[in-house]
Amino acid sequence: MSDIKNIKDQFILKLKNNLSIDEINEIKTELFGKNGLISSKFKTIGSISETDRKKFASDLNLAKDELQNLITYKINEIDGKKINEKLEKEKVDITLPERPFVRGKVHPVSQTIDEISSIFSEIGFSVEEGPDVENEYNNFTALNTPDNHPARDMHDTFYLDEKKEVLLRTHTSPVQIRTMLKDKPPFKIIAPGRTYRSDSDQTHAPMFHQVEGLHIDTNINMGHLKGCLNYFIKEFFEVERIKMRFRPSHFPFTEPSAEVDIGYELKDGKIIIGEGDKWLEILGCGMVHPNVLKNVKVDPSRYQGYAFGIGIDRLAMLKYGINDLRAFFDSDYRWLNHFGFDPHDVPSNYRGLSR
Amino acid sequence: MKITYDWLKDHLKTSAKEDKLIDKLTDIGLEVESKENLSEGLDLFKVAKIIKTEKHPNADRLKVCDVDIGKKNIKKVVCGAANARKGLITVYAPPGAIIPKNKTKLVVAKIRDVVSHGMLCSESELNLSNESEGITELSSQKYAKKIGKSFFSKSSSNLIDLSITPNRPDCLGIRGIARDLSAAGFGSLKLLKDKKIKSNIKQTLKVKILKEKNQGCLSFGSCLITNVKNKESPQWLKEKLISIGQKPISAIVDITNYVMIDINRPLHAYDADKIDKGIIVRNSKLGEEFTALDNKNYKLEDGMCVISDNKGVLGLGGIIGGTRSGTELDTKNVLLESAYFDPISIRKTAKKLNIDTDAKFRFERGIDQLSIEDGLNKAALLIKEICGGEFSKIDIQKIETYKNKIIKFEPKIFEKITGFKISTKEMINILDKLGFKLKKEKKFFNLSVPSWRPDIVQEIDIVEELVRITGYEKIKIENPIKGRLKNTLNQPQKLFHFLQRAVASKGYLEAITWSFTDAKYNDHFKEAKKEIKIINPISSELGVLRNSIFSNLIMYVRKNLDRGIKDLSIFEIGPIFYGSQPGDQSTIVCGLSAGKKSRFSWIEKDRNIDVFDIKRDVIQTLVEAGYDSEKFYLDNESPSYYHPGKSGRIFLNKGKDKVVAYFGEIHPNIIKKLDIKTESLVGFEILMDNLKLPKKPLKDQKTKYLVSDFQKSERDFAFIVDKKIKVQELVKVISSIDKNLISNIKVFDVYEGDNIPDNQKSIAISVTIQSLEKTLTDNDLEKINNLIIQTVENKTGAKIRS
Repeated sequence: MSDIKNIKDQFILKLKNNLSIDEINEIKTELFGKNGLISSKFKTIGSISETDRKKFASDLNLAKDELQNLITYKINEIDGKKINEKLEKEKVDITLPERPFVRGKVHPVSQTIDEISSIFSEIGFSVEEGPDVENEYNNFTALNTPDNHPARDMHDTFYLDEKKEVLLRTHTSPVQIRTMLKDKPPFKIIAPGRTYRSDSDQTHAPMFHQVEGLHIDTNINMGHLKGCLNYFIKEFFEVERIKMRFRPSHFPFTEPSAEVDIGYELKDGKIIIGEGDKWLEILGCGMVHPNVLKNVKVDPSRYQGYAFGIGIDRLAMLKYGINDLRAFFDSDYRWLNHFGFDPHDVPSNYRGLSR
Repeated sequence: MKITYDWLKDHLKTSAKEDKLIDKLTDIGLEVESKENLSEGLDLFKVAKIIKTEKHPNADRLKVCDVDIGKKNIKKVVCGAANARKGLITVYAPPGAIIPKNKTKLVVAKIRDVVSHGMLCSESELNLSNESEGITELSSQKYAKKIGKSFFSKSSSNLIDLSITPNRPDCLGIRGIARDLSAAGFGSLKLLKDKKIKSNIKQTLKVKILKEKNQGCLSFGSCLITNVKNKESPQWLKEKLISIGQKPISAIVDITNYVMIDINRPLHAYDADKIDKGIIVRNSKLGEEFTALDNKNYKLEDGMCVISDNKGVLGLGGIIGGTRSGTELDTKNVLLESAYFDPISIRKTAKKLNIDTDAKFRFERGIDQLSIEDGLNKAALLIKEICGGEFSKIDIQKIETYKNKIIKFEPKIFEKITGFKISTKEMINILDKLGFKLKKEKKFFNLSVPSWRPDIVQEIDIVEELVRITGYEKIKIENPIKGRLKNTLNQPQKLFHFLQRAVASKGYLEAITWSFTDAKYNDHFKEAKKEIKIINPISSELGVLRNSIFSNLIMYVRKNLDRGIKDLSIFEIGPIFYGSQPGDQSTIVCGLSAGKKSRFSWIEKDRNIDVFDIKRDVIQTLVEAGYDSEKFYLDNESPSYYHPGKSGRIFLNKGKDKVVAYFGEIHPNIIKKLDIKTESLVGFEILMDNLKLPKKPLKDQKTKYLVSDFQKSERDFAFIVDKKIKVQELVKVISSIDKNLISNIKVFDVYEGDNIPDNQKSIAISVTIQSLEKTLTDNDLEKINNLIIQTVENKTGAKIRS
């Protein structure tokens, strides 16, 4: 009985010393090895008198557990210390650069087209497209711009043949013609795309982007046109208040026609949309001319509606503070990186157009 | 169209401020482009007298003049004019003044070591005339007492530049603008005092319009004025023309210009003595020539409308006159022409000969056919008043009589189009002021369109007039209703946007380049495609439509490399063209990647970008877009602009489909020819139109979810095969042995060289074997193992490596 206690006390004392892992293992063998002090004791259980046996066994088990736990603890303690010492040596300079990564960008014009589509999607427009190469009929004649009409001078046209029958479309309006010839009214479409005019300086590029809009139904009037554009401009520029001015103008394919200006002011050389008393022209629009409807076999006494054409590049310039139109098409890596958008930044209605 | 408020007031009774005018003009569709104060700074120009001249010490042709500029102020001015002399009264511009002609600002300057305080001005420099020989000479009688006073009389009127749309020829005259303003309630239109020529003299120069096919002249009015004395215009007329930025020339020319601008009635004045017998208006014949007033010689084609006499062409009707019959200061007898020319005829001729004049600009938009007499009356009376002489009766020849256009207009259509109402009374008022003659019927108006409005032909044009004059601000906003009947994007459009962002997410910057390109670049990439030329390119470097996006993209890669950007990836998604008809185009996603990976990385070794980098970008993009890479089939028949050994093309399925992509290193010859300096250049093209669109929407595309939790086994094999055998075949062979058991086939080593016979290579492959139904026994595994070896050996001639 006291023998067990003696062993226990003696070894607890021993284990309190600063021991190496080998010394602990030696102690472990001394106690629990085949002929170890504790192991030997267990072998004697059978020879203990029945009255004392139960207590003896219980004391022995308790001593065993206590010593074993202490040994495990000591071993863990030493292991832990070792690992810590090892980790101490493994420190890196975490401020060194990460492994290289690349980041792509989407062109601001593409981003703007997605923004525009997203806004018009909300009010029921779907997207239509047409070819870049057009025939003279779709680009001009069907749009009530007959040959030898001075209105054609407003479009400096690139031609692909000497007879001037095939050309690069000067606006997205021929998509109106294609859409109306293909389907039956009502029509409610936008058509973004590339357009071309033989014009080149700081504010004109031989290629640029337009979005066409067309809404034809039995009862669509100029009030709807105003409402639609008012909605679009507010959403696009993401401002609460917008100053907008419709002023009479002339396009052969619309009647009455209007040009739309928005209010802006200059602050530190930057254009701020919606404030101020300066006007900036951003789009042309009007009620689709009855002659155009007749040309596409839509009955103008039954159907009427509006069309508009907006310069996409110009919108992008205004919204994102880009000064030079030519830079859009110059593919300067630094410019693309600066003005481009992260591909994950998909414009959508539910999270707002832009971040 | 340039106007001043002062001139407008000749026709408009109003007391409103100029600011209000500017707003109103824009509101009714006569857009104000700019407003400029022409007289600003002009008060600096003084009447001055030269009191002494000396020869310049260092220059033979220069003089140093002492100039009295008033208030006992004498300035030393260096002057080169031959006529600079003692006692001459002229115009002096001090330092700080801006010369009207060239807009340069004067400073105190040293001219050959002599300081000159200002300048003595020629008439040309002051925009008074074209006279640039010598300095302005002012009559001492008139100006002797004005030394030191401002030379220009003070005008407060600004120059207003209007952008007149091509449908409004009537507003190319001041009176037309005044009429529009009065209709909109801005002042009231003054009645023209009906001054008519009273004469008993016959117009003796015979005029004849030949009745030919496509005769461009429909009527020709004329008036002969004899014994005139052409001279400098009087001050009021000069000032009027100068106020809108025109240069006075001589009284007769100035009068015709004045009438044209005032009432939009182009006129032409001939020196009647230079016309041989009479005037014949006819079609030109091929090869006829004449020298026009712009001093150019024009060779005519058949069928252009010319004014001629017995000797030949005098001028192009309604476009430009000729030098042979032009008026000069010594002209004694003047024939005034006031005619109507067909807009289309004018336009065709002017376009062919590339002439642009004020008259042409007006005639091609349509001149008031009934203004012939008004123009002659107004001009002839002015000529007589200023130049003296006697005028004849007006002679008018015509081959067609003008008919009034009548339009039936239903007032209710106004609200249907505009969405708001105005009263019939208001409508009548507006139309009346615009010059319509109106007859009210029960449900509609019968409108007679004024002769100066060729643009108005149908009901909708009347709606436009009414809403324009009423004001667009009256249109009520109808807010759009949110909702959608149809998908915004169709499937190809969705794919377009997906590919665009998928490629960008691989590290590529999106570029947008012209659809046209330099034929020199295009030649490298056009393959068998037809070259599509633009007839009138902006420059020869942009002369053809691109047959490949590479033509542009590679040029911009080179530019960026030249900017010192060493590693770059750019792409474009857009059209390429294979024919010159609408629709002969397809959509391509095209990318280029140049340089190295991990350049200047402390942690990774740098390496050149290679064909397997670009292959990953393409395959990953296609997989992300929803295509099954296990079905892809590749071969190396790529276009010639790729490296023949390090490029390939991709099909979605073996055998059945069109090529969906090309990728590879760009051919070293092209890199060399285009002088592109980079370690490596790889590119790809995804042919979007060849990508089959899924028949089912994505929600229905997901297959049943099936995974196995039974034990899996990974086995490695090394085969020795002929070099010609492609890994793709080996993998296909293995995967088709048992789709239920074999998955995840990975190539983890390819080796040629020592220990491998020539013409052969070793390919090491890891295969995962797993059943959906049970744990495979050693026996099962051994069986499938052997089957793999046997099948590969049989089908490819490979040998398992022992």
